[in-house]
Amino acid sequence: MHSFVYRANALLTFAVMVLAFMCAMASLSDNLNSLSPSAQLQVLNVNWFQKSTQGNDEVSMTLNISANLQSLFTWNTKQVFAFLTAEYETPKNSLNQVSLWDGIIPSKEHAKFSIHTTNKYRFTDQGCNLLGKQYNLTLHWHVMPKTGKMFADKLVMTGFRLPEEYR
Amino acid sequence: MGWVGDAVDSVKSLQIRQVISQVVSLGMIVTSALIIWKGLMCITGSESPVVVVLSGSMEPGFKRGDILFLHMSKDPIRAGEIVVFNVDGREIPIVHRVIKVHERQDTGEVDVLTKGDNNFGDDRLLYAQGQLWLQRHHIMGRAVGFLPYVGWVTIIMTEKPIIKYLLIGALGLLVITSKE
Repeated sequence: MHSFVYRANALLTFAVMVLAFMCAMASLSDNLNSLSPSAQLQVLNVNWFQKSTQGNDEVSMTLNISANLQSLFTWNTKQVFAFLTAEYETPKNSLNQVSLWDGIIPSKEHAKFSIHTTNKYRFTDQGCNLLGKQYNLTLHWHVMPKTGKMFADKLVMTGFRLPEEYR
Repeated sequence: MGWVGDAVDSVKSLQIRQVISQVVSLGMIVTSALIIWKGLMCITGSESPVVVVLSGSMEPGFKRGDILFLHMSKDPIRAGEIVVFNVDGREIPIVHRVIKVHERQDTGEVDVLTKGDNNFGDDRLLYAQGQLWLQRHHIMGRAVGFLPYVGWVTIIMTEKPIIKYLLIGALGLLVITSKE
């Protein structure tokens, strides 16, 4: 009953259970955080708007993204992944979500930022439905913890509209 | 010579009972592990409720050796979700983030494009020849939680099978030689 093997086994089991309990507590502690993120999105310029070689509409634009996501960080947060999508509807598709930009926020200090950028990923449609299209710009954030449950949320801004003509 | 025969008989009968009970308890352990695994599959609705991160394409969020808990629900797939999918012809599942979604009006079917956070380009290079989008049936689950470092055990056992045999041999030895 007191051999080395029994003791090692008991120690290992106990260690694993304590670790699992600590991870669960760490994850639960994230729920205590009160969230108050804020953001502003602006389309500064539509650089060009063309039909690609495959026949799909494609847009390039310059965006200004400023946000304060500092309240999302807890001691259990490894990083926050923020990304911006354009969302719109077409006759064929009830929902189109196209990611235009994403960024990794590694710490609380970097969580207050203002970025001036062209879209990182191509804003391409399945088809040619973008002329004069109304769309929403949504800033999503995905909080990735050091251990445990991940959670995500978003801020939707409506009222954007693409130009009526190609340029 | 008679007492040798008696001794051998008693040793044999004891041994057989011990061996059988040990085999049964080993079988119980293996079966209960299987029950837990299959139960997890039912609860999470996914074919493999736990996956190990094998590549560095989602760093710094997920490092090689982390374990991801998956869950699959009928909810529509939306941009930003981290999904695990199988490409036709590849057996290793890939864990990346959805960056584009196009959902049909009538059928609700969806075209999805994914990309690893740490990769420069999207996953079209990883898809099958000529495939531009993923559909719902490619996707095995959404990542909902994770544990760091725990997956290294699986990685070591897969990449250096010697360790696997050593472990199983040691376990077998322990079971046989233990007095319980």
